[in-house]
Order: sequence, then structure tokens, then C-alpha cells
Amino acid sequence: MTLFSLLISPFVDYGFMRRALVATLAIGLSSGPVGVLLMLRRMSLVGDAMSHAVLPGAAIGFMIAGGLSLPAMGLGGLIAGLSVALLSGLVSRVTSLREDASFASFYLMSLALGVMIVSLHGSNLDLLHVLFGTILAVDNSALFLVGGITSCTLLVLAMVYRPLIVECIDPGFLRAVGGRGAVFHFIFLLIVVLNLVSGFQTLGTLMAVGMMMLPAAIAQLLSRRLTTMLMIAAASAVVSGYVGLVLSYYLSVASGPTIILVCSFIYILALLFGPNGFLWRMVRPVSHNL
Amino acid sequence: MSSVAICVDDLSVSYGSTPAIRGVSGAFEHGSLTAIAGPNGAGKSTFLKALMGEVSATGTIDRGALKARDIGYLPQASSIDRSFPITVADVVCLGAWKHMGFFGGVSSKATIAMRQALQDVGLVGMGDRHINALSVGQFQRVLFARLLVQDAKVLVLDEPFTAVDSRTVHDLTQIILKWKQEGRTVIAVLHDFDQIRATFPRTLLLSHTVIGWGSTKDVLTDKNLNRARALAEQWGESTDQRQYLA
Repeated sequence: MTLFSLLISPFVDYGFMRRALVATLAIGLSSGPVGVLLMLRRMSLVGDAMSHAVLPGAAIGFMIAGGLSLPAMGLGGLIAGLSVALLSGLVSRVTSLREDASFASFYLMSLALGVMIVSLHGSNLDLLHVLFGTILAVDNSALFLVGGITSCTLLVLAMVYRPLIVECIDPGFLRAVGGRGAVFHFIFLLIVVLNLVSGFQTLGTLMAVGMMMLPAAIAQLLSRRLTTMLMIAAASAVVSGYVGLVLSYYLSVASGPTIILVCSFIYILALLFGPNGFLWRMVRPVSHNL
Repeated sequence: MSSVAICVDDLSVSYGSTPAIRGVSGAFEHGSLTAIAGPNGAGKSTFLKALMGEVSATGTIDRGALKARDIGYLPQASSIDRSFPITVADVVCLGAWKHMGFFGGVSSKATIAMRQALQDVGLVGMGDRHINALSVGQFQRVLFARLLVQDAKVLVLDEPFTAVDSRTVHDLTQIILKWKQEGRTVIAVLHDFDQIRATFPRTLLLSHTVIGWGSTKDVLTDKNLNRARALAEQWGESTDQRQYLA
């Protein structure tokens, strides 16, 4: 068997692998850029908190649909994630708790509730599927949903790109030109939750956030230009998605963690060999040229 | 058109139950240069934010025929996230917001205005620099360039010269004087009394309420400054702290 056929045969031979591949590529295309914006908005851990917060909603959807159904779990997850985001925002405005603190409280509450719901009504295997995903369950309706979320994300990001970035750099300026920062903040949170939902089946609720933050970190290590960063993030997410699926097929391991580990491997490469990486620092002295 | 650009009457702002400014009344005339001075935490920035409609206030603010887009705002440099990967040219182009809005592209006209503005503030050829690579003074020049592109009738500057080197202060002061010649109205929070006396014909001395509002010579007297300081101390330390948190 040639190397080439090794690389494509899983997808030629099995329909579920093809569907998983399409889903993973779509997730990577939108999650990467979303992660970059999350990181630049200093909300890296909000993504993490959100991925835990969606669990009770996803669990209830899982129960009602009687299995891994992306539409049911997605809707539940969306409701749970947005509730946590809204409640945290509300609490931080009304009380002296900062938004990250109220986020932490609500997502832990949400996570505990989710694990309890799953363990009351399902087996441990179900819980593992919800947390870490299973590519076997990606059906056509799930593909449409994932593709739709990716398309929406990229379109909406293109539309709110300028106000979103200005709100992050200079919120006073955005208000002065008549923009409502909170509106764009909320639209962005909505996009984050949608992308987490989109990663449910192939990656699982806990791993989906890895598809956002690791590509974003890779992009930040490799570039200082926003447009380049967005492209690097999308590309590295897509590459890890593909390589992760191939590896998980041949090694017979869960796809979610494999994809995220491949992404982590690229991250470590970027850490070592990137323009700001460790090795360069050791080899050549810091340049002071303008 | 009347000679008054912005008129405030009995303006008060509170953060929670803590009053920040109380009963401020007066007017900024068209084409005037007004400095806002006062002790730290005496409500100067709050007053500007109220003028810009950023915080909710009681009393009235009459902006006359001025629309939001006619007012250019220079925020305190500390309120800007300079680690964000964006170039000098991008920041300056934001000044063309009223032409391009939230979604429109950057027109060639805006690009030309951006280059001209960079030249006016002495940053020729720096458009491709990352904002993180600039000194405090250079970054302040960038924000002034953005205001130049904005081409606003009224310019509201919140501490434009804090922590800025003297050369930059000199250059940017020339821009403020040019704005006056062009008939624009400038309102600036400043700390340096010598500079206020040298450049700004009018001063509003603020210490939670108006201590003096008129020609700089009449307002910046020892008596008024002592009164401002005494009133700020009286307002209490706890007030300042809460204000800071808000």
C-alpha cells in the first residue's frame, strides 16, 4: 500500500470517516479564527468555561433524543451556554463580582448539573461520548448543522469584524462613534457557543474548545498580524483535524483527544521553532534592528 | 448659528450612591479652547464621559446642532489595549468611521487622509508599525492622527499629555492651535497649569462641582486652586476609591 492510499483510504472506504472529515474541516475553519479573537479579547478561559457550561443542556438533549443527536444536544447546549453567559454578565453588572469570577461560579454549577443528569439517566459510556465525542454518530443532519454554523460564523465575523476589534482595543472610541460594545460582545459569545456546539460530535464538549484555543496560540506564536493569525489558526485547526482523524483510525483511539493532541504537537513545534520560539532565542541573540 | 457649541445645565453624575460631579452648569463656545483642570479624582474624566454620553447623567446637555459624529474623542491612553496586533495605519483609518461605518471598506480618500495625518503628526512611514512597538509619545501622535482624519468640529481630549515627552507635547500643542485657527472647539483635561496658561484661553476648574469657569487668568488663581483641593479632600477618600472601581 502506498503512502498516498494510506492517507486517503480511510475516507474512501468508509462513509462515516468521510462525514467525520467534512465535519472536522468545517469546525476547524471557523473555530480557529474564533479562538484567535477570544484570545485577543483576553477571554481564553471564557471559552473553556463555556465548554463546560454547555454540558447540562447537551445532556438533556442527549436524553431526549436517546443518543448522540447533534441538533437536540446543540439546542440544549446553546440554551445552557447562553444562559451561563447572560447570567454571568448580569451578576457582574449588579454585584461587585468581576465577570470572570461569576463565569467560574456559573460554569461549575452548570458542569456539576450536567454530569449529574448524565449519570442519573445514562451509562458511563454515554457520559464519555458526550464529553469526548464519537465520530461514528456524524450523520447528514449533523453535517448540515456543522456546515451551517461554520458558514454563519464566518459571515457574521466578517460583518462584525471592525466593531468587534475596536471594542477590544478602544471601547471608548466605539461608544463615541455610536457603537454598542455590549451588542457585539454578545454576538461574539453567541458565535463561541455555536462553535462549541458544532464540535460536540467529533470532538466532544470538553475537547471542542481545544479546536479554538490551540490554533489561536499557534497563530500568536507565528505571526503578529491579525489577518495572518486568523489564517494560520484556521489552517492549523484544519490540518490537525485531518491528521487526527487518520491517526485515530489507524490507532483505533478516540478521535477528539487525537485531534487535540495533534494540534498540541503543532503548538509545541511552534513554541520551539517559531520566530519567537525557544530555539531561535538560543541560536541567535535578540535583534535590535529596526 | 449661536456662539455656543455645547451647553450644560445642572449636570450631575453618580456612580452607584457615590456622587462624582454635582450641579455643573456652563457653556463651551464655538471655536474656544477650554482646559479642564482639577485635583485627581475630582470628576474631570467623568465630566467628559457625561459630555460624550458615555455615562448616564441628570441635568441637561445641549449639543445644539452637533451630532455624535461631529465630536472627536481622545480617550486616556491607559484605556487602550496596545498589545492588540493592529498597525498604526489601521488605527488612524478608524478616524474615517463616519464615512465607512461599521462595515464599509476603507476608501482611497481615507487612505490619503491617513497618510496626510501621519505626516502632520510627524510619523511619516510608520504606518506599517505595530502599535505595540511605539513609545507613549508616538502612540499619542497616532491618536491625534486619528482625530485629524475624523475631521470633527468639537474635539474632546482626555489627558492628552499625561506621561508624554516634552517634544511630543510641543508638536501636539501646535496641532491644537491649528484646530483653533480652523474654528474648531477643543475641550481638554490637563494637569500642567503652565501649559494651560500658555495655550488655553479658557479654563474650567472642576472639583466635583464648578470652582471656576471662564478666562484662564481669572480661574487659575491660588484662592480657587486651594478651594478645589480642599473640596476634593473633603469629598473623602472612600469616594475616590469607589469611583476608581466604577
